[in-house]
Amino acid sequence: MSDQMIPARKPPKQSVGLLVWSKNNLFASLPSTVATVLIVYGLYLLLPPVVQWGLLDATWWGSDGTACTTEGACWAFVTARLDQFIYGFYPQDHQWRANVFFFQLVLLIGWLTIKATPGKKWVLGYALLLMPLVSWWLLYGGLGLKIVATHQWGGLMLTLLLALCGMVASLPFGILLALGRRSNMPVIRALSTAYIEMWRGVPLITVLFMASVMLPLFVPEQVVFDKLLRALIGIVMFQAAYMAEVVRGGLQAIPKGQFEAFGSLGLSYWQGMVLIILPQAMKLVIPGVVNTFIALFKDTSLVLVIGLFDLLAIVQAGLNDPAWLGFAVEGYLFAGFVFWAFCYGMSKYSQRLEQQLHQGR
Amino acid sequence: MSERVSRTTFYKRLSRLWRNGDSRPLLMQALVVLVVLLLVVWVINNTMNNLEHRGISTGFDFLSQEAGFGIIQTLVEYDESHSYGRTFTVGVLNTLLVSSLGIAFATVLGFLVGIARLSANWLLARAASVFIETFRNIPLLLQIFFWYFAVLAALPHPRRSLAFGDMIFLNLRGLYLPQPVIEQGLMPVLASVVVAIVTALVVRATIRQHRLRTGQGTIAMPWLLLGVLVGMPALVWHFSGATLSVELPQLRGFNFRGGITIIPELGALLLALTIYTAAFIAEVVRAGIESVPKGQKEAAAALGLKPGKVMTLVVIPQAMKVIIPPLTNQYLNLAKNSSLATAIGYPDLVSVFAGTTLNQTGQAVEVIAMTMAVYLTISLSVSLLMNIYNRRVALIER
Repeated sequence: MSDQMIPARKPPKQSVGLLVWSKNNLFASLPSTVATVLIVYGLYLLLPPVVQWGLLDATWWGSDGTACTTEGACWAFVTARLDQFIYGFYPQDHQWRANVFFFQLVLLIGWLTIKATPGKKWVLGYALLLMPLVSWWLLYGGLGLKIVATHQWGGLMLTLLLALCGMVASLPFGILLALGRRSNMPVIRALSTAYIEMWRGVPLITVLFMASVMLPLFVPEQVVFDKLLRALIGIVMFQAAYMAEVVRGGLQAIPKGQFEAFGSLGLSYWQGMVLIILPQAMKLVIPGVVNTFIALFKDTSLVLVIGLFDLLAIVQAGLNDPAWLGFAVEGYLFAGFVFWAFCYGMSKYSQRLEQQLHQGR
Repeated sequence: MSERVSRTTFYKRLSRLWRNGDSRPLLMQALVVLVVLLLVVWVINNTMNNLEHRGISTGFDFLSQEAGFGIIQTLVEYDESHSYGRTFTVGVLNTLLVSSLGIAFATVLGFLVGIARLSANWLLARAASVFIETFRNIPLLLQIFFWYFAVLAALPHPRRSLAFGDMIFLNLRGLYLPQPVIEQGLMPVLASVVVAIVTALVVRATIRQHRLRTGQGTIAMPWLLLGVLVGMPALVWHFSGATLSVELPQLRGFNFRGGITIIPELGALLLALTIYTAAFIAEVVRAGIESVPKGQKEAAAALGLKPGKVMTLVVIPQAMKVIIPPLTNQYLNLAKNSSLATAIGYPDLVSVFAGTTLNQTGQAVEVIAMTMAVYLTISLSVSLLMNIYNRRVALIER
């Protein structure tokens, strides 16, 4: 009999390490191996020419299309027009106002997304109530600032403004509509449902057409709407319907006991809604609100059909400049990247929020 | 004196009604209806005044007037001499064409990408995820422009077309496909196809019934069904001596004639709609498959089902219940998004009717209302069907 321990064996070679990982995840079966080989071959064919075109052979600076003589991408088209892509036709010596607007956005978003910052309630209140007015004053002027007419606005600035104003303004309407749809008064329920289903059933482009062609007919002749304001009204009416459905989802998730509880405490309908139900429901729907915001952000590009120059429209207009012909790919890649960066960032943020919410329950 | 008394009693009564839990909702609803009615009357009144001042006629008489403009793609007979009513039909059909083609392609691509996203192969799952995250986060309009102005505009001129075996040609003006020409002798074959489909369905139902009643046999016999579906028309074809001829596109002068032409506007729109919607469908499919509890798969495997059967008999039927409602939503989105066609000049409903027709007649109210009504009809009827479906699924569940 042996009185010694049998020495511990080493772990089998086949359980750890890069080789094993790739065997399990890349070459687990014949079809898997074929897929891996095909994808690697595709990347081999695709990536080197793209890098060569987009980075190595690219021209970065220049004052017109003749500067781009190499085979590569002509990023000079983007760099030379960057000012226009961001500010539209906003007068140069007033662009600081747009910069303040951007800075305000970054500050607010940073404040609201970073966990440790204090006073979130007040900041959120400012963002929802005061910020649209302050931004409008900053960009449009008045009260000491020189007035810059809205037809000079454009580019990324206009895209952000449309999306933000559309979002903030549609939030209260959306909440009212959602409450209306859940109301036990049949007439109010029917009207809210009809409104929501009607706007959700038509494409935004027809809503914009309607806002730009029909809205002037609906009001007395003396009232004249700005083109930008008409687009905004259309966007808000449309967005309110989507917002209402998101908020309704949140309201439905609140247990019935909460409604009965505020009733038995003697609170009125509005007291109960504002103090008890909506704070809980809104917390639940933040990811959904962010998702509709992403959709709205992408949809603002449609305003080009009624002649406003958002980021996409101004890139599109730049492509027809005789000094810069034939750089469509570069222009679209740039605009696409900007939109992508915003939307991807927001969707990641909404996913993070969703996970946090799930942890709490 | 008496008047004042009656007025105070009136206010008192009103305030009692307002405080009463039964009458207050009635009062409130009456108030809302009144406000909405006043708003509607105000808007109609303004519109009538404005139209009168601008000298625009009202009513739907314009639908029978001559349109006088051409349309680059029509599914029904159309030329400049047809009426505005006809342009409406042409627009609706073009919208339906691009929507149905887009839905078919996007479903196939979306399911493939969604399944790839869940693949055990790390590289394949990554590739699918990059596809989804890229195309989902870029505005559809930008994608349409990209395909139309950057990719399809870079194709060669007709004389230097890309040719695929002398049958399919691709150039700046579009994609040219061979067109099968239906001849007289084909009728019996078509009839036999219909008969074969009906027979296959009946056979399948019978086998199923038998299986459910007695527990004998399989659920379906794919080879038998395939034999019926292919064999019957093939036999009829052989014995009836029908011929099918194919019309090939040919280069005449500056362009191709004959065959089926897919104009670049349709091509770009289809590409963009397909890829954009497929990215969303892929996420729907992934969520659906992931929603099936792992225990279901393990239980099926424990019962001795092979991996393929586990998928088709256990996972997919349960995943479909989760997938179908958001999937229909995506289909509706695609149909609504097809209205972006107007930005590149594909003659869909918005482009032809709410664009050219509106500009020529100036009758904004009627034209926009008709356009919205079409989309609304599609959306509402699909949601109605969806509600019925959901109710049925819910009943089966418990």
